[in-house]
Amino acid sequence: MGKTATIIRREFLSRIKKRSFLVMTIIGPLLMAGIVIVPVLLANWSDSDYSVAVVDDTSIFHQAFRDKDNVVFIPLGTGVDEALEMMHDGRFDAVLHIPQAAFQAPSTLRLFSSRSVNFNAKLLVENILRQEFESLKLAAAGIDAKTLKSTETPVNIQAIRIKDDGELITDYPEISMGLGLVSGFLIYIFIFLFGSQVLRGVLEEKTNRIVEIIVSSVRPFQLMIGKILGVGLVGLTQFLIWVMLTFAIVGIFQMANPDLFKFTPDERVFVTSTQLLSAEEMELQKEAIQQYDTMAGQLLEGLSAINFPVMILSFIFYFIGGYLLYAALFAAIGSAVDNEADTQQFMLPVTVPILFSLIMSQFVISNPSGPVAFWLSIIPFTSPVIMMIRIPFGVPYGELVLSVTLLIAGFMATTWLAARIYRTGILMYGKKITYAELWKWIRYS
Amino acid sequence: MGYLLRVDSITKDYRNHRALDNVSVQVPEQSVFGLLGPNGAGKTTLIRIINQIIGPDQGTVYFGDKPLSPAHVHEIGYLPEERGLYKKMEVGEQALYLARLKGLKGPALKKLLQHWFDKFDLSPWWNKKVEELSKGMQQKLQFIITVLHNPRLLIFDEPFSGFDPINVNLIKEEILQLRKNGATIIFSTHNMGSVEELCDHIALINKSKKVLEGSIRQIRKDHADHMFQLELEQLNKPLEHILKSGFTLVHSKPHNGLVTARVRIDNQHSPNELLEQLMPFARIISFQELTPSMNDIFIKQVTGKYPSEDTKNG
Repeated sequence: MGKTATIIRREFLSRIKKRSFLVMTIIGPLLMAGIVIVPVLLANWSDSDYSVAVVDDTSIFHQAFRDKDNVVFIPLGTGVDEALEMMHDGRFDAVLHIPQAAFQAPSTLRLFSSRSVNFNAKLLVENILRQEFESLKLAAAGIDAKTLKSTETPVNIQAIRIKDDGELITDYPEISMGLGLVSGFLIYIFIFLFGSQVLRGVLEEKTNRIVEIIVSSVRPFQLMIGKILGVGLVGLTQFLIWVMLTFAIVGIFQMANPDLFKFTPDERVFVTSTQLLSAEEMELQKEAIQQYDTMAGQLLEGLSAINFPVMILSFIFYFIGGYLLYAALFAAIGSAVDNEADTQQFMLPVTVPILFSLIMSQFVISNPSGPVAFWLSIIPFTSPVIMMIRIPFGVPYGELVLSVTLLIAGFMATTWLAARIYRTGILMYGKKITYAELWKWIRYS
Repeated sequence: MGYLLRVDSITKDYRNHRALDNVSVQVPEQSVFGLLGPNGAGKTTLIRIINQIIGPDQGTVYFGDKPLSPAHVHEIGYLPEERGLYKKMEVGEQALYLARLKGLKGPALKKLLQHWFDKFDLSPWWNKKVEELSKGMQQKLQFIITVLHNPRLLIFDEPFSGFDPINVNLIKEEILQLRKNGATIIFSTHNMGSVEELCDHIALINKSKKVLEGSIRQIRKDHADHMFQLELEQLNKPLEHILKSGFTLVHSKPHNGLVTARVRIDNQHSPNELLEQLMPFARIISFQELTPSMNDIFIKQVTGKYPSEDTKNG
């Protein structure tokens, strides 16, 4: 065991000392944090305020324009020509002209700008005016905003699962789907990324001929298992650093810019017609806030419906189990061939089951308790990805135990198989290896 | 003399052919033992079995008086013919790693390594990557790794391939020094010159079978064909007329008043009788037995005839 530990130590240290490991470790979280941060930044960040002067010939709408984000409205009592002159002097960036005929003919509306028009400002103005026009038309038809509001009937079915013991659980399929897909995909990436590192490591030892020196000191099995575990530890380390750094970067960014992450309620509810009474307005706002609270509450409830201890434990198990199963096969391939180009013919049967489980994940997620989902989550070659997709939806413990047992048996079987190919393969040079040849190596005692 | 290693009736089959056929070899303690044979004869298979890289189908290998077991890995140092190192790994770290796999550890290991590095002028390269070393220096490093754990048995498979003559001498001296310090050395090679120079004993393997084994002196004696070379001065009678039956003149050539002659003696007569016959008729300048070289014996065993037979008899 001591020598295996020495091998694991070398495999681990030699990889994490590489520059590529450092680069990947830093770039990974930056990319992942970027995926979270950049959209927030894009939505909020602008170099300066964009001021829009409003020339309202109708004098109806001037109250409707409230500043939002970095768009600032300036009500102007002057005519359009004067406003345009002031714009040219640099007093503001754009001029919105609402002519008398605007209500009847919205096409007469104009937004003038000295530079190219700010897209957000244009959208905001359009949005505000559309709502104003709608309210006016509704009022003209004798329907006030309150009546309109009362026609809105939100339909949101509560999905309830009745467990075997009679307990009722509210289901939130959207949350389960997200969690399942993300964890299944992470396992897929991990298997591919680090499985192929095992292959390259074995091939390196074979091609630079150090392997015969090493196997005169340790058994080939120790060398193989040491490499698989060493690379696996590198993968786990990198993964943990990624998770922690991603949370750290997002967290620090969030603390530095708390405003950016605040929930901005829907425009539609808050910008109401100026025709409404302020009491009604208040009531609508209250309703909106209530709805938002319910949404947040549902999200929390949905998350709490997920059995996180089971989820996290299974993720760690399938993450490691799936890697061990495939890494042994990758090691066997690396030992059987003489150079990287020859690996292709043997890669196919190993990569097909992983790819297949990723493709089937779309199907499984639409029916996570169906027979296809069941079988794919039992078979060790597909279970690491498929079972992780099923678990957030709730999986009977019996099935979970069966799947776990079979995966353990599976990676023990592939390791045994790989060891038999490996010990013959690493000392075999200059031979074109076929499947028939591999089969003989396996049978050969 | 005790034997450090005894290979007892080893047979090893690969799928299509028999690599070793009932091979037995005995390696005397504290000797340099030459394992000879043409390519594909089964030498590497035998060496791998001794290193427990592969197992025999039949037969046993004894280390000392015990059957070979995994514990003996620490008592064997092996320098394979096809040898390499991790190119991207640092020289010192690599040496430490391979030594740890041989069971060495602790601060003593580093000291030991430094001693060998100094001896082979490798110390300045401790922190360099292996790929920065010249081929000769990489071989020195491999040599150090092989002998570092002070094994009782050392196995060198073609150790001199790729070395320049200066390093070949350095390694030869080291091998002899190791023997002096108590190690037993198995030495596999095609280079017969170095066999005669270094080996005490040899075994010759051909086509999966052992065909010859013994001490070099004994083997050469066994293969001697009783050919003697003479240098004679003032010869006053033709040699053909001096020699009695049982003594065949194979070759004679006068040169500057000297006559160089080769005479084969049959089994009933001794070299002393030859001298007695010649003494009255010439002054004997030199007299020596022409024993076949290991190279001749090797080729005879493998091909069935001496390479120089024609010149000898003609």
